[in-house]
Amino acid sequence: MIKIEKRNDVPMALYFFTPFIAIILTILGGGIIFYILGFNPIEALKFYFITPISNLYGFSELLLKATPLCLIAIGLSFCFKSNNWNIGAEGQLTFGAIVGGGVALLFYNQEGFYILPLVILAGAIGGMFFALIPAILKTYFNTNEILVSLMLVYVSKLLLDYLVVGPWSNPEGFNFPETRQFSDSSRMPLLFEGLRIHAGIFLALAAVMMSWFVLYKTYLGFQIKVSGLSLKTAKYAGFKGKTMILVVFMISGACAGLAGVGEITGPIGQLHRMISPDYGFTAIIVAFLGRLNPFGIIFASLVVALTYLGAETAQIFLQIPKYTGQVFQGMILFFLLASDYLLFFKVKILNLKKNELRH
Amino acid sequence: MYKYFLRYLISAFFLLGLGTSANAEFKVGFVYVGPTGDHGWTYQHHEGRNAVEAAGIKTTFVESVPEGADAERVIRQLAQSGHDLIFTTSFGYMDPTNKVAKDFPNVKFEHATGYKREHSNVSTYSARFYEGRTLLGHIAGKMTKTNTIGYIASFPIPEVIRGINAMTLAAQKVNPNIKTKIVWVFTWYDPGKEAEAAQALIDQGADIIMQHTDSTAPVQTAEKAGVWSFGQASDMQRFAPKSILTSIIDDWAPYYVERAIAARDGTWGQQDTWHGLKEGMVAMAPYNSAMGADLVKEVEQLQKDLASGKAHSFTGPIYDQKGNMLVAEGKVADDGMLAGMSVYVKGVEGDIPK
Repeated sequence: MIKIEKRNDVPMALYFFTPFIAIILTILGGGIIFYILGFNPIEALKFYFITPISNLYGFSELLLKATPLCLIAIGLSFCFKSNNWNIGAEGQLTFGAIVGGGVALLFYNQEGFYILPLVILAGAIGGMFFALIPAILKTYFNTNEILVSLMLVYVSKLLLDYLVVGPWSNPEGFNFPETRQFSDSSRMPLLFEGLRIHAGIFLALAAVMMSWFVLYKTYLGFQIKVSGLSLKTAKYAGFKGKTMILVVFMISGACAGLAGVGEITGPIGQLHRMISPDYGFTAIIVAFLGRLNPFGIIFASLVVALTYLGAETAQIFLQIPKYTGQVFQGMILFFLLASDYLLFFKVKILNLKKNELRH
Repeated sequence: MYKYFLRYLISAFFLLGLGTSANAEFKVGFVYVGPTGDHGWTYQHHEGRNAVEAAGIKTTFVESVPEGADAERVIRQLAQSGHDLIFTTSFGYMDPTNKVAKDFPNVKFEHATGYKREHSNVSTYSARFYEGRTLLGHIAGKMTKTNTIGYIASFPIPEVIRGINAMTLAAQKVNPNIKTKIVWVFTWYDPGKEAEAAQALIDQGADIIMQHTDSTAPVQTAEKAGVWSFGQASDMQRFAPKSILTSIIDDWAPYYVERAIAARDGTWGQQDTWHGLKEGMVAMAPYNSAMGADLVKEVEQLQKDLASGKAHSFTGPIYDQKGNMLVAEGKVADDGMLAGMSVYVKGVEGDIPK
């Protein structure tokens, strides 16, 4: 007979160590999969995790890929820490990109230092607004924020589809589903010539600092953490739950909106239907892998970004199917949840005698 | 000073990356927008790649590359890792292809269905799918009982509108009462949406379903409903054996082999290719015997005439929906007009989405 008991004495050090265990297990699991598929596991893992970042260009691509993941996950950490399950970051990213992109298109034939800040601000506000919808519905109408935020993803994606096919499509673009190219004044400045890494990375770093400050140094952060640990305690302490819910969703939405704007004003340079390969969903893995901790999230976003790059490199050099990237992301989450389970619960195998069972 | 230093550092790293991975063997890279198993667009490009491989040239592919920020990195990685010729097989790769081409003047690039050739090492290519549509229109006009043809369209770009018009004109020629009903799904690949669109068209009385999307869902829906259908991009016969009358096949293999050999032998030059039935880039799957021997013979003759140039899909007089003349009697539409086609011909129902 198997008995599962809660552990009372979980050391914090181990709690922050399990993500590393999860990553090591994922690499081992990946090696086994490669071996079964008939590849040399060491070579395959080398192409997966080392080759992509073996030159400066690859390293810049890693940061480029990690930037939106980090931004969104930082925002999500506010929601998740306070027991608010915002699953719709992808929608907030898309809506932020729509609003920011709309402003960029207004200025498509103009130059000026003020344009980019306007575009960024518009993107943040767009994401914030879109996150407020599930927040308001939750606080005032008691709806389930998981469902509402998730369903809104489709709303924003369809809105983007409509805009790039219809009213915002490039008049000189033969009806292809894309807008005009933004003017240079709406583009994120590149940090180095020849590399794609852009100023958006400072937005992500600023978000990390901001979240560390708010979560660990302010009353709001204290409220968020207490609400996450126990809603009843939070109520008993007299915290204004509704305001806090609205605020965490707004922060989360703004971060996702910034991520969207960073993509369209950075590497993409226009609006079209494929602005995000589901960063908003992948960032959920990043947030948990980073233990909802600002600095943990930086690390986690780099690891997850590497699974994307590795999947491409592995296909180019070894013709390993690119979908292994998603397998890796799934394995990371699985091993993380599994090791968490074993961390918080004891599994006991009991040897019972027959007569004991009869009682 | 600092800036120069950094620039040298970066170029040094670039060179390092090149030095470790580049080798002398001639290699061709392919970038796909979908999975190789989509049984439509990407599947056919993959078949083309297999032909290049069979011709003794080493190839590499990367599948399901999103048309967003990731495309440029994948194309650049292929160029960096010693590929000499790179085929980017979706419209959305147009700008990334040209951008990477600028940085790798010694690598040749071939972009499918685009119109930008900003550097001398970029060629573009596409197929005259509309010639196949003409054959489908002829068959549809003869086979329909309800005089209603259902058409599942992706995006209102010239290529798709050209297909709708070519099909409608050919159907009208054999059956003046024909109506073309269109559902725009705004996707290239979404089995759920495509199946819904097919069902909606069948419910509106269409007894022929054709598609300008890539999944097999429409032909399967048609099979279930007991109406006729046509396959798209690859021979979809086995997904709807009773319903499919024929399929338009995109056969990229001869072009890919020819261009790969040209690049290897140093005879590759920039060009804009638009091949059709004549060159074999557009091919037809075997015709369903349910069409009857006479109709099969007719269509085979028309196919030959289109290939030889004796017949043309857009032969005047052609009128738009409002009755304005587009092509005069006895004239044929030129390639410029075909490339920018953005109005429906008379007989198509509805408006082009704006």
